[in-house]
Amino acid sequence: MDGAAVLDAIRQRADVVETHAHRGDATVVVTRDALPRVLALCRDAPALAFDMLMDLTAVDYLKYPGREDGPRFEVVYHLYSLVHNHRVRIKTRVDEDDAVVPSAVGLWPSANWFEREVWDMFGVRFSGHPNLMRLLLYEEFVGHPLRKDYPIDRRQPLIGPAQ
Amino acid sequence: MGIGSFFTSKLDEAIGWARKYSIFQYPFVTACCGMEYMATACSHYDIDRFGAGLPRFSPRQADVLFVVGTISHKMAPVLKRVYDQMTEPKWVVAFGVCTCTGGFYNNYATVQGIDTIIPVDVYIPGCPPRPESVIDGLMKLQDKIATQTQRY
Repeated sequence: MDGAAVLDAIRQRADVVETHAHRGDATVVVTRDALPRVLALCRDAPALAFDMLMDLTAVDYLKYPGREDGPRFEVVYHLYSLVHNHRVRIKTRVDEDDAVVPSAVGLWPSANWFEREVWDMFGVRFSGHPNLMRLLLYEEFVGHPLRKDYPIDRRQPLIGPAQ
Repeated sequence: MGIGSFFTSKLDEAIGWARKYSIFQYPFVTACCGMEYMATACSHYDIDRFGAGLPRFSPRQADVLFVVGTISHKMAPVLKRVYDQMTEPKWVVAFGVCTCTGGFYNNYATVQGIDTIIPVDVYIPGCPPRPESVIDGLMKLQDKIATQTQRY
């Protein structure tokens, strides 16, 4: 299927906020409540069969021109189908004071470390994750460094010798 | 000045001369500077000429800690522990700008100079430093070893 057909197939079977396609990259924006259903649909519908989670990341839209008032974070899923050789991008938006997204570990086990990295770097939590600890940084680290309001020159206290 | 102190200073020189030509290094290599370290250590530049030809891959057998490459906050406790495991007398060389000051990694992850963790004797700047700079730093370290007050 090409991008437009994938978007049509998802739109017919689920509630989506908006869809767009730019130079072959098809994107679906869904609400957080609809997200688990849409992801499961993408994986399990035979015509879609997105059996691979290529990437899971987040974007901080703080101070982004035109997005200052909107939800601060966007969690982005890049899906790929080995069977049909097609791709789609799923996005969901969450606010800073309620930055929780349902975990996708049950659908794609590879989401485990991706979600830990997003928690580590952006401070977005994933409900239902089996082990939501920092992935790259250490537990003593204060804050989430890829947030746009994390000061570039902030220094963390040195951690002690490994025991 | 008595005979004893005269004798001691001469013994210091002899020990300093011996120590400066028997540098057993521990290369703590974490990043791209390691390539330049290898170039320096191999036959073309040949630091064996300075008695520093034999790296020891245990800190307990080493005299000089070569910190080669970026040190992140997560790596810092490991580096500290390696330094603590070395026996006296010991020296530290900061190899490359990342170890000297953090270099261009002015960010949340990188230690801003290893002298915030362990004492440093010689700083070799460069990104990465050319083998000539490394040899220059090594010779400066030799001067320091030869002229310092020896403990034995």
